[in-house]
Amino acid sequence: MQGKDYIGFSVFVIFMLALPHWISNDYYLGVLVFTAFNCMACVGLCLLMGYAGQISLGHGAFVAIGAYAAGILTTHLGWSPWLAMGAGVLAAVFIALVIGVPSLRLKGHYLAMATLGFASIVHIVSVAAIDITNGPAGIIDIPRIKLFGFALDSDIRYYYFVWIIFAVGLFFAINLVKSRVGRGLRAIHGSEDAASAVGVNITRYKIQIFILSAVYAAVSGSLYAYYVNYIDPGPFDIMYSVLLVTMVAVGGLHSLWGAVAGGILLSLLPELLSMAADTFAGVGIAYKPDYDTIVYGGILLFIMLFMPEGLFGGISTLGSLVFKAIARMAGRRYPSG
Amino acid sequence: MGEPILEFYGLRKEFGGVVAVDRLDFVVDRDTVTSVIGPNGAGKTTIFNMVTGFLPPTSGRIVFKNRDINACKQHVIASLGICRTFQSVQIFSEMTVIENVMVGRHLRSKTGLILSCILPPVMRPEEKKIREDARHWLRFVGLDASADILAGSLPLGNQRMLEIARALATEPKLLLLDEPASGLNTRETIAMGELIGNIRALGVTVVLVEHDMELVMGISDHVAVLNFGMLIAEGTPAQIQENPDVITAYLGE
Repeated sequence: MQGKDYIGFSVFVIFMLALPHWISNDYYLGVLVFTAFNCMACVGLCLLMGYAGQISLGHGAFVAIGAYAAGILTTHLGWSPWLAMGAGVLAAVFIALVIGVPSLRLKGHYLAMATLGFASIVHIVSVAAIDITNGPAGIIDIPRIKLFGFALDSDIRYYYFVWIIFAVGLFFAINLVKSRVGRGLRAIHGSEDAASAVGVNITRYKIQIFILSAVYAAVSGSLYAYYVNYIDPGPFDIMYSVLLVTMVAVGGLHSLWGAVAGGILLSLLPELLSMAADTFAGVGIAYKPDYDTIVYGGILLFIMLFMPEGLFGGISTLGSLVFKAIARMAGRRYPSG
Repeated sequence: MGEPILEFYGLRKEFGGVVAVDRLDFVVDRDTVTSVIGPNGAGKTTIFNMVTGFLPPTSGRIVFKNRDINACKQHVIASLGICRTFQSVQIFSEMTVIENVMVGRHLRSKTGLILSCILPPVMRPEEKKIREDARHWLRFVGLDASADILAGSLPLGNQRMLEIARALATEPKLLLLDEPASGLNTRETIAMGELIGNIRALGVTVVLVEHDMELVMGISDHVAVLNFGMLIAEGTPAQIQENPDVITAYLGE
């Protein structure tokens, strides 16, 4: 019972590290690197949504802060990439405190509103503050990050690098969920009244988790900047924040594995759809990438209607239903007592 | 006997224009079982809500162990040694039975966010201690056989027991039970009475709100009767049973 998640974790990490043996194509490796960025942000967001019961509609903005801290500090000021990433994390912590302390003191979904506003501010600043962010033209020539003096300059190297960092992030998140703090969070989710009655400081935990989820997002953003070496405001609009929420919701709010599954699925979906488009083109149906949004919307609608627990929860519910049905049939054949 | 643990002075609570509790002066003695009875809407649960920080009093003072606790938040009240249960059972239904009680050990353990992230539970000795303590309290209420099932799948009687185990795990000095026998059958009610006696034997002061008169009269040292937010009588169970005001309040003129 206790070790299940750690076994799953080991299997998952080994699988991800072995995956490049079957995928040698740089393009697909690149897709998987982006998948790791999304998964990283999703795990943080899942801690917030699934465990602290709060929604952030502006998590993309924390990703942007990580990315811009990395981009600006390394190019304008010549900082080392690691230091710039640390600065991005600190900036995210500070901003999360400023947003979180007032809005999480209140009951209800004030955080969602506050983060939504924050995300649009960040987007506007990234477009308009041309002196700092270089506006829509973006920041170019962001250096690659080095690990012990070893440049991560190929897709395969970066693949291992980000998935190992993601594995560490996931490991921390699993530990947290299984800890005294994680139990406190799950208790808040079960009954705020009962949790506070036994001494869980609800406000403090919500703020802490919000900050932690912002850190995950900022790290994801910095890693993104060092990978593509170029950032502009485009990828960090409100829709990216919504996409992150969708990934977590599709996978299953209350499970870190659900968030990982949702992150992977929706990151790979555009590729799957374009493959499907090629197939359909063969039979004379034209599929355009513009339709992707419809497919996303359809998936979210389907999940929310029929699997409110998300894919992960839905599959396990389905599994237990099948199991019960079998047990019932077996019971009918061999009536007990 | 005779040393106060919880005192109310001129306690008053208004909701809009409605006065739920008015001019309440009352003392709960240490190491006793005190019952608060009264018709529905008499303000019993409101008093619990004020003691535990869920509602601020409109005026008046609440004193716990010679300390004014009016303005304290819920988790601070819990850390002072007051814990409560709820009229409508509040368990963490998606967590296992033992995990519910482990949450009760929250105040008695201290691993913070960062350490929780870095070290997996097997590397934290505190985690093992929390689990052992939780098991001790499950055994105390007789639920240790159900430790690993989901709390939500327990029958109501056991959910009430679980709620009490979770409250006891905080090691309170004062335990407030809000209708612990409501929804229980006769056998379960008797078990609840025995449990309350055992809790008292631990040196925990118990205050309960309850409608089951047999239970109240059987286990209480002291009974307080509320009607329309006011204290209309207090005394030993025998005194209360003969009090004409109480009989009027319950049966009408």
